[in-house]
Amino acid sequence: MKVGVVTFPGTLDDRDAARAVTTGGATAISLWHKDADLKGVDAVILPGGFSYGDYLRCGAISRFAPVMEKIIDAAKGGMPLLGICNGFQVLCETHLLPGALTRNSELHFLCTDQKISIENTTTAWTSSFTQGQEIVIPLKNGEGAFMCDDETLAVLEGEGRIVARYVGENPNGSRNLIAGITNERGNIVGLMPHPEHAINTLTGPTADGLGFFTSVLNAMVK
Amino acid sequence: MAKIVVDVMLKPEILDPQGSAVSAALPRLGFTFAKSVRQGKRFEIEIEGEPTAAQLAEVEVAAEKLLANPVIETFVVRVEK
Repeated sequence: MKVGVVTFPGTLDDRDAARAVTTGGATAISLWHKDADLKGVDAVILPGGFSYGDYLRCGAISRFAPVMEKIIDAAKGGMPLLGICNGFQVLCETHLLPGALTRNSELHFLCTDQKISIENTTTAWTSSFTQGQEIVIPLKNGEGAFMCDDETLAVLEGEGRIVARYVGENPNGSRNLIAGITNERGNIVGLMPHPEHAINTLTGPTADGLGFFTSVLNAMVK
Repeated sequence: MAKIVVDVMLKPEILDPQGSAVSAALPRLGFTFAKSVRQGKRFEIEIEGEPTAAQLAEVEVAAEKLLANPVIETFVVRVEK
């Protein structure tokens, strides 16, 4: 199984994401923002960083990169797509996921090991977890507060589309402690914290993040 | 040459921590006039000649698509003399 990892100018976490894909048991394929084809990948990860310098709004310019056109089409057709941190911001800017990520409520850039609970284990990226499982993975962002209107929030809550929530104190002002959400179909997931930095205890706080990268294998086998 | 200005603001219900920080800094400098402060963005677009209605309509579309994120922001397009 091949998982594409996109690099935009300013992407930081593409190498860690590719490494996590490999550790999870799939083959990582590098995709460049100017690529006009997806090189036959079965799933795509939009990694973290500061694509296009976060100019205008985080993810706003990346959304119009040539590679995104193909990714949006494929994801609408059911291809698993995971956006981590800046990738989550891109997914909101494309409107593949509802809402938006705004400046952390305390204005500080956060970099911490964060406990989150997995609240939906039916998505393409979370089937390796158990419902309510608490995991610790790094959270590092300046604009990670998930915002949406009340109506959207009610839909997300009502349909079980909140994939992960922060446990304990709200780190960034996200509505309803939201750390990650999914689309109706469950193939697209946006996540603010970074599972790719927590795939073994030599380089991360835990190996808890690996589950996201093994889950997508199950999604393909089905 | 004319200038088209697009002002982008966060919707009132969206928390604006930057505006709040400015609001908190003003009284520290002795300025006590502000009840609240909201921070936004201003785009200045220069065009050749006077803008036509069609051009202004195009700017509206561009603002909706790129300059503002309608999920969290509102925008106003105007021509500056």
